[in-house]
Formats: sequence, structure tokens, C-alpha cells
Amino acid sequence: MEIASQRMSTQAAFPAPFAQSAAGPVPRVSIRNLNFYYGTTHALKNVSIDFPDRQTTAMIGPSGCGKSTLLRILNRMYDLYPGQRAEGEVMIGGQNIIDPGMNLNLLRRRVGMVFQKPTPFPKSIYENVIFGVRLHEKLSKAELDERVEWALTRSALWGEVKDRLHSSALGLSGGQQQRLCIARSIAVRPEVLLLDEPTSALDPISTLKIEELVDELKQDFTIVIVTHNMQQAGRCADQVAFFYLGELVEAGPSSQIFTAPRERKTQEYITGRFG
Amino acid sequence: MPSEPKHIVTSFEADLKKLHDMIATMGGLVERAVADATTALLTRNPDLATRVIEADPAINTEQHNVEQFAVRLLALRQPVADDLRHVIQALKVVTDLERIGDYAANIAKRSIVVNQVASGFALSGLGQMALLVQQNLKSCIDTVGELSADKAIAVWRADQMVDDLYNTIFRELITYMMEDARNITACTHLLFIAKNLERIGDHTTNIAELTYYAITGENLPDFRPKSDNTSTYVHNVDA
Repeated sequence: MEIASQRMSTQAAFPAPFAQSAAGPVPRVSIRNLNFYYGTTHALKNVSIDFPDRQTTAMIGPSGCGKSTLLRILNRMYDLYPGQRAEGEVMIGGQNIIDPGMNLNLLRRRVGMVFQKPTPFPKSIYENVIFGVRLHEKLSKAELDERVEWALTRSALWGEVKDRLHSSALGLSGGQQQRLCIARSIAVRPEVLLLDEPTSALDPISTLKIEELVDELKQDFTIVIVTHNMQQAGRCADQVAFFYLGELVEAGPSSQIFTAPRERKTQEYITGRFG
Repeated sequence: MPSEPKHIVTSFEADLKKLHDMIATMGGLVERAVADATTALLTRNPDLATRVIEADPAINTEQHNVEQFAVRLLALRQPVADDLRHVIQALKVVTDLERIGDYAANIAKRSIVVNQVASGFALSGLGQMALLVQQNLKSCIDTVGELSADKAIAVWRADQMVDDLYNTIFRELITYMMEDARNITACTHLLFIAKNLERIGDHTTNIAELTYYAITGENLPDFRPKSDNTSTYVHNVDA
């Protein structure tokens, strides 16, 4: 109850970054005719898909199908590597983010990412959470404290760490570290949160905590999750997209994908008949 | 699914086939019960009727076996898509099959009474209805095995003829009762037998609907062509 009341108050202090549309979910990310190349390898082929605002989209598919590639496009991670290029349209908030003129620092504030293995910095819990905030905003000590509490509360970690905010993040358990990474991502209040197999290195209980967190966070953020766990996609996502050999085979509400997929390839993959 | 590639996990494939076979076995028992109950009525064979009644618990046992196995599959395999639909179909189909078994046993019980109290009625109408019901039931259970959506629709539609026959028999039996009050006991039992056959037809269409869903992932329309109008029938004495 204590945590719940804190959430209420911190939510009031930091209202959701974007107003809810009265007409239901609108696309926060809109991708059209997206192609991606690793050198000469054509890794994503003419992909068009929307990620609805404040909903969770899960991307599933066998290894090498392009789902992680798509995730890496959404915050332009591929820019770090030579020879990789994207063509097409990835609209976030009215801007084509693969446009060469895009400010990448600003983009990465708007599109946060959490990886498969927890990646805490070798710093204190407090410093981990506030790391990105310091880069983008000039806040007073009190405001920083408030932001740390907000981010840790939203990532369901506050109660466990509030008495040791200044001890090393490396002392946390794997599940706690992953929630800390989520806190660090949401502390800059992004529009979109990308989760790349965020629970594959976690035990079942920590996994459920992250899934519960995803449910909570989608009130404020648009979430895109890559997962190899079919049940997890079913549990977490409003929309599921199935990729195969660089193509988007099918996207639809998770209840439809897991009870009556339209495409035979989807059915074969999710029922374990592939290959 | 014969046309689908097999599951990577062969024990899952084997489990799904086993579930399928269990339904086929139960379907066979139920078909037999309906056929024997009808024969017992038409040939006035109380021994056969008794055997149908005694065989009913085996159908119930089979239902529980299928249910337990399906629940185990859901818990341990977490099936999705067509696999999930087939497990759900199995869970629901056995309820319909069990109920059809109950109706067959009830027909058998009543056939013993009819045999004791009446001898002069022509049962050809009931015989015809029973034959049609059995044909539909057989096609329906075959459909479960063959996974033919078209055949499921055919069975679903065919029940209208059963309704038509039921209407005719209903009127005929009421006429017998009006002619002679001593016919009332036998005719009442025959009326229930006809109703049981009509209900077997309805459960058969349920199975066809479930089968269609399992195969296609879509539901048949809520409205099914029906022509049973006995619920609102009034016999005009002055006519």
C-alpha cells in the first residue's frame, strides 16, 4: 500500500509525457517500407508496421529473422557500425528517425532500450538511475532525488533499494539489476521503451516481476519487446508481430495470433512445427 | 493435422494423436449406443436395450479420461493456435458425446416400456428419423478425424431434415393419443424417444460447430437452419 500511494503521488508530480488520445490507441511509431542492410545482406525486407501508443508490441520469430535488427533501428544503434544502412520511413512523433539529420542524442532520450543481460554501470544505484537525466536536463538536487524515486518506484524497485541508494548497483541480484536498467531507461522519460529479450537471463520469479512491470509501464510508455518466449509474448503484449527471414509475416492482437493466426507460417512457428 | 508438418517435439505430436484417438474411441462407443438403442426399439429387443443401458457408464468413463488428458496437455504443453483449438474442441466434444450417450440410454429404457404396453404402432417414422440421426452422427465423428471443414458444414446443415421428421412424428403421435386414450402411455414414451433423437441431432451439430472452429479458427454463424416447431404447436380439436 505504501508503494502504491507513492506511485500515485509521483505520477502526479511527473504526469505522463503525452496526452491520451480520445480515439483509442494511435500509432506512436509508424514504420513504412523499411529495408535494412548489413553490407550486402538484406536483413529487413519492406517492413510496414505500427506500434500503438501505450501498448506493448512483442516481436517474435526464429533467430536471424530481423526482429532485433528492427529494434536496433528504432534508436539508430546501427549507426555505431559501418556498412549498415536503413531505407524507408520510421516515424516517431512526426519525424522520420532514420533521416541522416536526426539528432541521435535526442532520439535516444526519446527511445530507451534495455538489453538481454542487465548492464548496470559500476556506480551507485542512484548514479545509475540519474546518469541519462544529467546528460539531458539541468535539475536541482531535490529534483534529481525526486526523479530517482519516481523511476525506481515505476520500475518496482524503490521498496527494495530505497535504504541503499548509494551502494553499488553491482551488488543487486540479476532481476534487480534488470529493473534498475529499466529505471535508468525511463528516468529520462522516453516515449518508447525497447526491451531486447529482457528476461532471458532471469529466473522465473524475476521474469514475472519484469512482466508485471511491462504491464504497469505501458500506461505511460509505448513498449516494444523482443522475446523468444511465446508464452511471455502472449502474457505481455497487446500486439504480436511475427518475423521470418527479414519479412513481417503477420501482426495482430496477441489473442488472435495465439488462437487463430492467419498465416500458416505463423501457426507452424508458434506451435513448434518449424523446420 | 495430416497436411501440416509434424511438431519438433515428437512426444507432443504423440499426445495430440492420442487425444484424437481417444475421441474417436468415445465417438465409436456413442455411435454404437445410438444404433443399438434404435435397433432395440424397432426390433422390440429388451436384452439389447439393457445392454445399451449397462454400457453407458463406460462412455462416462471415457469422457473423464479425455478431460483429464486434455487438462494435462494444457498444463504441460501450453498449446497455441490450432493445437489449442483442438484441445478445447476435445474438451467440449466429449460433453456432447456423453450427453448423446445419455439420450441413447434413455431411448433404450423407454423402448422396454413401449414394448410392454404397445404392439400396434407403426414405428417407421421413428426408424427413418433414427437412421438420419445416426448417419449425421457418423459423418460428424468422421469429420472430427478427417478435419474437413466442408463436411462439418454439411452435417451442421443436415439437422434441418431431422427437425422436419420430428415435426411429423410429433403430430402423428398426438393424433394417436386423441384417437384412443389407451395409447397415451406408449405415445408419450415414443414422443420422448423422438425428442431424444432430435436432441442427439442438436448435439451432433454442436460437434460439427466445434470441429469447424478447431479446423478454421472461425465460428459458424449463431443462426443455424432449424425447423423444429413443436414448441409452439397446438392441435386443433375442432378441425
